[in-house]
Amino acid sequence: MPHDHHDHPHSLLPPDPALRVKALETILTRKGLIDPAALDEIIDTYQNRIGPQNGARVVARAWADPAFKAALLADPMPLLTKLGYYGRQGEHMVVVENTPETHNMVVCTLCSCYPWPLLGIPPGWYKSDAYRSRAVREPRKVLAEFGVVLPEGTAVRVWDSTAEIRYLVLPMRPEGSEGLDEEALAALVTRDSMIGTGLARVPA
Amino acid sequence: MTRVHDMGGRFGDGAITPEADGIPRLGDWQARALALTLATGSLGQWNIDVSRHARERLSPADYGRFSYFEKWIAALADLLVETGVLTEEDLRGGGAAGVHPLAGRAMKAEAVAGVLARGGPADRPSNVAARFEVGQAVRTLRPAANRLVDGGHTRLPAYAAGARGRIVLKHGSHVLPDSSAHRLGEAPEPLYAVAFPASELWADPEAPGDEVVLDLWQSYLEPA
Repeated sequence: MPHDHHDHPHSLLPPDPALRVKALETILTRKGLIDPAALDEIIDTYQNRIGPQNGARVVARAWADPAFKAALLADPMPLLTKLGYYGRQGEHMVVVENTPETHNMVVCTLCSCYPWPLLGIPPGWYKSDAYRSRAVREPRKVLAEFGVVLPEGTAVRVWDSTAEIRYLVLPMRPEGSEGLDEEALAALVTRDSMIGTGLARVPA
Repeated sequence: MTRVHDMGGRFGDGAITPEADGIPRLGDWQARALALTLATGSLGQWNIDVSRHARERLSPADYGRFSYFEKWIAALADLLVETGVLTEEDLRGGGAAGVHPLAGRAMKAEAVAGVLARGGPADRPSNVAARFEVGQAVRTLRPAANRLVDGGHTRLPAYAAGARGRIVLKHGSHVLPDSSAHRLGEAPEPLYAVAFPASELWADPEAPGDEVVLDLWQSYLEPA
């Protein structure tokens, strides 16, 4: 049974979202079902510690080390686990490489699946109806809204994350980045370039 | 046959607004809603498929008007009542006082890092043999619908129903959401990445060589 209700229990809570969240947190705290300090810890993790700098380190190493890149594309989980980037919403990663022939881009049309251990929480636009509905049908128009125009002859491959596999785009290494160390390379890797809605920065 | 969340390919949503690089900043209640949802997972009363389906079962009117974390918090309140963790009287503010029988499972601050790092892998051993190989042509079922439960959860989007594609990756065997979301068992089966030419999915594709790849369970597919 799909358990459809006409009167959803949530309607018993205050309609204002801030009051609604506060009310539910208060009820659950009073019953000992949550620890507010654990909520603080979760928020601190995803606002201050886990973010796209993780994915950027992986991309920079792949640019700098051909053996690492080959292993990452073949089977990323052992490498990511070793780097400490295994975790919730990143249990089954696949890395897809952008080339002059193929530009990869990631969406989740059904909800907003996203590789949290490598990129952190998703930006608002990734969760928006506009991105979810349009990325699969008109990826080039979507890319143009991010300022990305692909060269003639580059095909677009959009990955719709319909299962628990999470995709990370390995962007193309920008021209002018020869000789940079991994830290300098990581600074060129934007969050959007690892979703496929952006390109890596060109060194100044 | 599908629900309002199944919006891939839909027209009319307008432009996308890019955001600054880095970690997205959440508002106070949005951050609280995220944390409440993650923390209550430790009570062990639902899995990720049940939880996704709870969001999809919001009425189309609510799904449309709620922002992202309003969907999360509404679905969480619904799940807490459906699983008997809370009562409707609790939500009204008049429920029983005192410590809950599940309180021992509440996530503690010192456990957070470990819980997030452990994750929840979805791959499982399966006795369902793989029918397809990389390169093989397949066709998705049509209509896109749960075959076990009418109106139930499925991960085959409507835009990809009845479409011909080819297998590009074999992901091993994974929990079948169509079963798991309804507490009918994990029913693991082979999962594949399947590439579809844009021209197979859209009346007016942007470019002839473009593709969309979806992760699809074996029971969503037949040989083509």
